Amino acid sequence: MMETISYLISHADLFLEATVEHAALVASTLLIASAVAAAITLACLQSRRAANAAVELLGAFYSIPSIALFALLIPLTGLGETTAVIVMVAYCQFILVRNALEGLNGIDPAIIEASRGLGMTPAQTLLRIRLPLAAPAIIAGLRMAAISCVGIATVAATINAGGLGSVLFSGLRTLNVPKILGGTVCCVALALAIDALLRTVERLVFARTGLR
Amino acid sequence: MTPAVEFIDVTKRFPGAAAPALDHVDLAIEPGELVCVLGTSGGGKTTLIKLINRLHEADEGSVRVNGVDVRDVDAIELRRGIGYVIQQSGLFPHMTVADNIACVPKILKWDRARIDKRVDDLLELVHLAPHEFRDRYPAQLSGGQQQRVGLARGLAAEPDIMLLDEPFGAVDAITRKSLQNELLRIHRSSGKTFIFVTHDVAEALRLATKVLVMDAGRVQQYGTPEELLQRPATPFVAELFGART
Repeated sequence: MMETISYLISHADLFLEATVEHAALVASTLLIASAVAAAITLACLQSRRAANAAVELLGAFYSIPSIALFALLIPLTGLGETTAVIVMVAYCQFILVRNALEGLNGIDPAIIEASRGLGMTPAQTLLRIRLPLAAPAIIAGLRMAAISCVGIATVAATINAGGLGSVLFSGLRTLNVPKILGGTVCCVALALAIDALLRTVERLVFARTGLR
Repeated sequence: MTPAVEFIDVTKRFPGAAAPALDHVDLAIEPGELVCVLGTSGGGKTTLIKLINRLHEADEGSVRVNGVDVRDVDAIELRRGIGYVIQQSGLFPHMTVADNIACVPKILKWDRARIDKRVDDLLELVHLAPHEFRDRYPAQLSGGQQQRVGLARGLAAEPDIMLLDEPFGAVDAITRKSLQNELLRIHRSSGKTFIFVTHDVAEALRLATKVLVMDAGRVQQYGTPEELLQRPATPFVAELFGART
């Protein structure tokens, strides 16, 4: 324990750099993944059947081990961050799209009917009613995606994407226990920090919409 | 006088249903009436009012609002001119009472001052103190208060026609009575046409200037409460009112 702490302190630069790299990897993934998920979700709203098919497909994709996917993509996009981000964006879709659709479609039908009956266009119903009411579910999805990305990003070190994974793998190769534990601590701390950040966003959204 | 709402030989079928929900309905509702639509569940009451604001479309025949076939106007525009109040209020849980009521005026881009004044006037009208209720969320209201806000929201953009689909179905008897009194008062002072769906015979007799009895998608009888009580046109109407006489 003391050994790990002293190792963390003496190699603070290494850990800090790796954590920042890792955070950047996760952040860019979440940003791109959110945009892609928004597009897929919008498309899925056009038809229930398409939505079910899309969620099934994304679910099947989600069950492929990340290391296999990394390997498959190397011939196409090479080693490094790009491939890592592509794979992680793809993984996030299942969580993000499923949560968003559940939130958007799980609204009391009486509320949707009221908005139509009052003369809202489908776009107004989506933006003013469905989206705010689905916001908690959407943010919950984002939180789950963020945490799983922190984990998957460590595996991305195997394809040279850097981050805390490279610290962990080098610790493994040299059987350097303090290094492994230090990397793990950083991973957990990063996951908790991202989650806390998103929880704050969630609270702000709740406060704004008056939902409890 | 042009009827406020007119059905001309209207039939509506839902996919997969054996019998039509509405079966060759002919009906003319004069402006200013408070029509209560009575009948058993599945008798076509709700379908009837949803055809008026085009939440459903007729398969055959023509539905006219103020003399104009509803298919000849934009559905969204049509709905903005017709008040709509539903069971369980259908209030938007993420909006305050004021924002719920201001919904249609906002869409219609009224200016801020006019909307604020209208919201306060409507809250007064439904007997909720504006300063106390304006900024509350629906979850902070009782069932009866929610229904009052639902009513105010339906009235917000000054529609000539109000459609009310069992609005007091889920409130207790005492609250229901006071809501009925409010509705009568608002109807009398506004001169608008109200079409009110209910399955409660006593409620219909209490409120209606005209009662419309529906069964199996057909109009059984349309007339004043006295006419229906004294000269029921079909056995169904007789039975419906028979329990009371």
